[in-house]
Amino acid sequence: MNAALAVIGVFLLLAFYLGVRARQGKDMNLEQWTVAGRGFGAIFVFLLMAGEIYTTFTFLGGSGWAYGKGGPAFYIIAYGCLAYALSYWMLPKVWKYAKEHRLMSQSDFFAHKYKSPMLGVLVSLVGVVALIPYLVLQLKGLGIIVSEASYGKISPAAAIWLGVLAVTVYVMISGIHGSAWTAVVKDFMILAVAVFLGIYLPVHYYGGIRPMFEAVEKANPGFLTLPDQGMSVSWFISTVLLTALGFYMWPHTFGSVYSAKGANVFRKNAVLLPIYQLVLLFVLFVGFAAILQVPDLQGSDADLALLRLSIATFDPWFVGVIGAAGLLTAMVPGSMILMTSATLLAKNVYQVFSPSTTEERVRKLAVYLVPVIALVSLYFTFRGGETIVALLLMGYNLVTQLFPALFFSLFKNQFVTKYGAAAGIVVGVATVAYITLSGTGIGTLFPGLPQAVKDLNVGIVALAVNLVVTLAVSAFPPKFFPFAGEKIRRT
Amino acid sequence: MKGIRWLIVVPFLGMLGGIPFANRVKPYVLGMPFLLFWVVLWVVLTSLILWVVYRFDPEAREEEGK
Repeated sequence: MNAALAVIGVFLLLAFYLGVRARQGKDMNLEQWTVAGRGFGAIFVFLLMAGEIYTTFTFLGGSGWAYGKGGPAFYIIAYGCLAYALSYWMLPKVWKYAKEHRLMSQSDFFAHKYKSPMLGVLVSLVGVVALIPYLVLQLKGLGIIVSEASYGKISPAAAIWLGVLAVTVYVMISGIHGSAWTAVVKDFMILAVAVFLGIYLPVHYYGGIRPMFEAVEKANPGFLTLPDQGMSVSWFISTVLLTALGFYMWPHTFGSVYSAKGANVFRKNAVLLPIYQLVLLFVLFVGFAAILQVPDLQGSDADLALLRLSIATFDPWFVGVIGAAGLLTAMVPGSMILMTSATLLAKNVYQVFSPSTTEERVRKLAVYLVPVIALVSLYFTFRGGETIVALLLMGYNLVTQLFPALFFSLFKNQFVTKYGAAAGIVVGVATVAYITLSGTGIGTLFPGLPQAVKDLNVGIVALAVNLVVTLAVSAFPPKFFPFAGEKIRRT
Repeated sequence: MKGIRWLIVVPFLGMLGGIPFANRVKPYVLGMPFLLFWVVLWVVLTSLILWVVYRFDPEAREEEGK
């Protein structure tokens, strides 16, 4: 048991050391801190993006969905792949514009494209409201992973404090460089651990992948396909589509696009990332393997499937390796989220209202906001009850509301106005909040519709409303609106 | 040849358009139930399609040549 603890401790120290050391030789200004001076080549950007994308959700949630839901879990493999296809077209355009205008954050992009710092403020607020629950989710996952993998020797709370402390310090010192270096360790570990578990466990317990699936199908016929109602075919298609559109709308993912040194970085990565994301396939295998071996995990305990099966199967030192991989899957996205939220608040909110602030002061403010945001997230992790759960459910749908405004800004003929963009985002976000908080589904809104329509992901409704409002408001000339004289301040 | 980028639409049509027909367990392919195989197949095809686009995309070629 101490072996597991020791392994987790060693990896925590290694990540911390790399994160701090990453600063070496860098003259730390805002551009260096947030977007690495736009100097990352294909490999770093690949690892960083893979690092942000493969989070604790991948580790616990992916196997948990396979364990608890079966066929619908396959959506996890589908959406990333389509998001990468979209990225081939979208990200080079975003990167070029960002480089030309020296942008640092996602909100900068909206503020510049639509020539409206106020739109930047709006986008920042939507981003931070979606990001903090996402960070809380990572922290909760971190606590579960480390405490399970240490056989209960470390309490979840202690693990979370340690993890947050390490991340906060290296983000303050090294910014995105720290995230990139820890992402290197994390990616190799998660790849090795997931592939090994995904092959070893089915072979060990069932004699192979196919016998495992046959055993699951025999025990629970229909579990490996989509059901006729609920998470049905139309749920699957609409969810994959929505999630693929929202994928790069997360502020930390969008922002890391700027760190690349050329547009081809994204084209190359778009070719490779779909294949790389098949790592998730192995995570799903682990979840399916657990069904008949650790059969009594109910409800949200399904997320423990991977860890419980591993503890039942392996020696403590290897459980420690799995725990360490899990720890890193929380730390890399966690660090990016901290840095991004701090930058959004300092640059896209504070500086807008206090335009005389110098860039160096914005950087300092962002650095000091990191521990503040970390403490707020810790508070929600330990104290936030229902609110945080509701925000989490909304997170993905919230950031997806930024997609129409971004999409229309990428064309040469920009016919969507800043008012259209802002109105679309506000109405979209309000719709998401309403349908999530009231538990509304399409079935409750329109009971007479066929089942296939009722099963559509309700996020489609918000996006459709957003789209209609964006286009309708853009049809009015700007003089109809207040703040028409708003000027953009060039940085 | 900038139009080659329209190929990006193909993974969306293939992956999602095929789901109603692929929603079944049998036949097992490579040990996987058919629905899962269908998704994995399109992941691999997406990679291939994007590679083809990359090979013929004039903007990508231009940057490569620099």
